[in-house]
Amino acid sequence: MKINPVVYRSGFPTLLRKEVKRFYKVAFQTIAAPVLTAILYLMIFEHVLSDKEMYGRISYAAFLIPGLVMMSVLQNAFLNTSSSLIQSKITGNLVFILLAPFSHFEFYAAYVLASVFRGLVVGICVLIITAWFATPSFESPLWILIFVFLGAAILGSLGLIAGIWADKFDQLSAFQNFIIMPATMLSGVFYSIHSLPDIWQVVSRFNPFFYMIDGFRYGFFGVSDVSPWSSLTIVAAFFVLVAAIALRLLQKGYKLRN
Amino acid sequence: MVAAISIQNISKNYGELQALDDVSLTIEEGEFFGLLGPNGAGKTTLISILAGLVVAERGQASIMGANVQDAFRKARRMLGVVPQELVFDPFFSVRETLQFQSGYFGIQDNEAWIDEIITELDLTGKADSNMRSLSGGMKRRVLVAQALVHRPPVIILDEPTAGVDVELRQSLWQFISRLNQDGHTIVLTTHYLEEAESLCQRIAMLKQGKIVALDTTANLLKRHGALKKDGEGKVDLEDVFVNIMSGSVL
Repeated sequence: MKINPVVYRSGFPTLLRKEVKRFYKVAFQTIAAPVLTAILYLMIFEHVLSDKEMYGRISYAAFLIPGLVMMSVLQNAFLNTSSSLIQSKITGNLVFILLAPFSHFEFYAAYVLASVFRGLVVGICVLIITAWFATPSFESPLWILIFVFLGAAILGSLGLIAGIWADKFDQLSAFQNFIIMPATMLSGVFYSIHSLPDIWQVVSRFNPFFYMIDGFRYGFFGVSDVSPWSSLTIVAAFFVLVAAIALRLLQKGYKLRN
Repeated sequence: MVAAISIQNISKNYGELQALDDVSLTIEEGEFFGLLGPNGAGKTTLISILAGLVVAERGQASIMGANVQDAFRKARRMLGVVPQELVFDPFFSVRETLQFQSGYFGIQDNEAWIDEIITELDLTGKADSNMRSLSGGMKRRVLVAQALVHRPPVIILDEPTAGVDVELRQSLWQFISRLNQDGHTIVLTTHYLEEAESLCQRIAMLKQGKIVALDTTANLLKRHGALKKDGEGKVDLEDVFVNIMSGSVL
């Protein structure tokens, strides 16, 4: 082998492509399974609460669909970064990425964008299949896009933080089951917070996931529990916070370069 | 001429354990250099610092003049590392693994070179097989291929023949020797001292995080031979290693 001069570009597109290809290779588990879960939720809740109307004019099935779409997006965005990172850490193949000349920005962007992409793929599949039950309107598509991108990026970043922090699968599982899952399920996926007792309405307002789902739902129906601008402010601030934490951990090489 | 590897006063602790203690070393371009020592001597820590996998508490290290921390992009592009552990990504085939590794270093359209190293390392028949289906020896070859895919001028092999059969060891050394003849700097850690003796022009020995011997292989053997009292039998690197590690003066 001769040492030839080589033109170097950024490795970011390759890392992004690898992360997307990773979940695509097991699409039955990473895409089909969460779509089935969302359909089961819809079938059960729609059957039990079919006579209920939300915001005075929206069928419960139509109300539930955006919530289920967003819940699927959030959970799968989290799973993509967290599972990829913990698997690479435990099997040791993360070394190939750590040996490469990635900046912490490139590392972060590739992992989080791949998680956003998986979240969107799952969300679109859920939306298409659940349209058989009810078709929500699309009052403000821009709000839909803003909240789905920000929500997925936040959960992708949280997955990155969890994947960096966890040393074992059960630690990651605890992060998912005791933080992400309750925060998602109690964010108003299945209900409007106005139907809750006062104390739980107050508690819900401290859950950033509530604003992601409420803002996303506003994009479909033009009505929501709080102003979409308030939701956007809180969700954007939360994104900046989790992105800053993830970037700082990557920059320091916390639990990665030691 | 810039040194291929420059290590100045590197120290690293893991809690109470001092893995490296004020280590300084320069390896010139084109050398075939051996880094020897018992388990826990600090060899892998030193390699990890050069590769940017571990951050030293004190001291500086550079690859081809590029500081491994401040100019990490350039330093990592100049360096290929064959890790000690048999690690692989179970999602991908051999070819995909090499294509991704090439892309991580920002090299596009590298198929001709990937084909060449697949052929050189006798991986042609397995190029489209998933990494999980490969034997240990084949996985080791892929690790070597991954280290070479971005054509680095400096290559570090951390115990590359551990658990590898004789045939692969010989073909691997022929290939690595050819790389060295082409101008690549090779740094080798191994517990097979006869390999280090036959391949390395210069050797450093580490013990408890310190360099306890640093000389050409010929000089180490010569000095030991002159001090050997019985004057019988051929002196080899194993004799030198045992004496140095046991604290005998050479």
